Amino acid sequence: MRKEHLSVKHLIMYYRTMRGEVRAVDDVSFSLLKGETVALIGESGCGKSSLAKAIIRLMPRNVSIYKGIILFNGINLMDLDEEEFRRKIRWSKITYVPQAALNSLNPVIKVGEQMIEPLTIIYKMGKREALEKAAEALRRVGIDESFIDRYPFELSGGMKQRIIIATALLTNPELIILDEPTSSLDTLTQANIMNILKSIKRETGLSMIFITHDISLSSELADKVAVMYAGQIVEFDTAERFYSNPKHPYSQKLMDSVPTLRTNKKLDFIPGSPPSLLNPPKGCRFAERCQFAFNNCAEDPPAIYLDGDFYVKCWLYMRK
Amino acid sequence: MGAPLLLVENLRKYFEIKRVFLGKKTYLRAVDGVSLSLVRGEAISIVGESGCGKTTLGKTILRLYKPTDGRIIFDGRDITHLGWKDLKWYRRETGLVQQDPFGALPPFMTVKRILEEPLVINGVKNRREREEKIYKALERVKLTPVEDFINKYPHMLSGGQQQRVVIARATILEPKMIVADEPISMLDASVRIEILKLLQELQQKYNQSIIYITHDLSTTKYFSERIYIMYAAQIVESASTSDLLQNPMHPYTRALLNVIPDPDPGNRFIIRNVPAGEPPNLMNPPPGCRFHPRCPNFIKGVCDTREPSIIEVAKGHYVKCWLYG
Repeated sequence: MRKEHLSVKHLIMYYRTMRGEVRAVDDVSFSLLKGETVALIGESGCGKSSLAKAIIRLMPRNVSIYKGIILFNGINLMDLDEEEFRRKIRWSKITYVPQAALNSLNPVIKVGEQMIEPLTIIYKMGKREALEKAAEALRRVGIDESFIDRYPFELSGGMKQRIIIATALLTNPELIILDEPTSSLDTLTQANIMNILKSIKRETGLSMIFITHDISLSSELADKVAVMYAGQIVEFDTAERFYSNPKHPYSQKLMDSVPTLRTNKKLDFIPGSPPSLLNPPKGCRFAERCQFAFNNCAEDPPAIYLDGDFYVKCWLYMRK
Repeated sequence: MGAPLLLVENLRKYFEIKRVFLGKKTYLRAVDGVSLSLVRGEAISIVGESGCGKTTLGKTILRLYKPTDGRIIFDGRDITHLGWKDLKWYRRETGLVQQDPFGALPPFMTVKRILEEPLVINGVKNRREREEKIYKALERVKLTPVEDFINKYPHMLSGGQQQRVVIARATILEPKMIVADEPISMLDASVRIEILKLLQELQQKYNQSIIYITHDLSTTKYFSERIYIMYAAQIVESASTSDLLQNPMHPYTRALLNVIPDPDPGNRFIIRNVPAGEPPNLMNPPPGCRFHPRCPNFIKGVCDTREPSIIEVAKGHYVKCWLYG
């Protein structure tokens, strides 16, 4: 059996704002084995990027509550202080590619110079050796190593995104968090990036957290799927079960809203909009928009475990 | 089928790029010889990747840009070279739905004022009449009860509601045709279908003709009757929606269809065939067929030297490719 690689349990992160407390990540649990990819899907503002930031501990200053358990290789990362986390975990074990990271490349500094920063700063590696590693990383994402001497302004979006991914792999991390890695790219470029991620996954056994709002795209990488709604994971399941038979009413509706090319189905949408995270409703957060809502839904549903770590947060699945 | 409402023939739009050092003018050929037609009450899709010229095509059809060459005939009238004054009539008959609803709505105006403006400009002098039209437009886009929305500012609305206001504004004068330029790409998955269904209802209930511009081939299936595939400023294939999706001919269309996933757990085990390279620079497109440097079916000595002409391969199915000529 493969080892459990990351296990997030009851993670909570709230922001303090002028208008009150924003419950961006509210009691979230999920886990993944070594070499697995979990797709985190949800609509904008549901807290998926906040969850990523909570795991890599890159949080804004207005965080008011941050607690829970993040087990990584069996060690609770929450026990590490900031210095230890920076030295032992961030970039060396877990890397993070934020949304629109390709825009963070400085257009007038050579690609190579920017790529080697994590190596020269964290590992104090010499420049020549670091550049060699960078060239190797570029080859891995299908870019000629001569691009080390090019400037980002000369490159297309797809190229830049591949360079960002190569940079995130430079330190040989065990886990990579990708936040909407293809959201601003064209269809063909997107497919190209997904091909690269697939082959990296296959060849290196890297674990991934793949954040996206695009359900069809999520199935290109996901071994497991976590659906987020209003700061909570409402369903966590295997890819095989999720894409053929989503359980939570929100997941079902979301799946109904996905246009498909190869099969014919009736498209549907979810009326209304998600609740504010400032003051979410007391019971189930989806109840207001849910066609199956009944009395129980006025209370917060527990995570109902169906099989191992997999759960659905919905009263409909409570065994009577 | 009656006479087409819109007929576009060999339309070109070049943007001049000034070269200071060489002293020679170069042109960015954003739209390069596009022909299409639209029947009253029909919805068509123009599908292409970013930078292929699809937005410029839409704006040129609306005469927000001056065409460089070709003809645009709307409702039997040649509007290609009409001056701004004569165009006022055309403006009333057409509408634009932009991609980014928040950017398209002035933040300092209430919904009421936003919708009132086109009425004032087009000489609806009676205040009661204007109000009536605003109510009707908001009801059409299902922002009801109207009282809840009419005095709000754009930032107080969700993305989906903002896009409804944009659609209400585009349709308030009951135009014959609207151009919807990526109307749903900035919205969330669950809202997208809502907006798409609304546009479809406008088309079916009010006989609205719609040009739907998008990069997303999978939504066109549920929306339009005909698809035009655009690559590097040209239409490379066009057919009825079902025909194009079931029997794609052009290698570019095939590549596009091949890489778009449906939700399926098996996807993660497949490496997809993606044509290498990137779309050409429109200032200096390759000779011959513009797709030839990336094409898996490339024929040397043909595709790279002569531009393919548009061939009707089956009834109503047109393709611009040497494989069929």
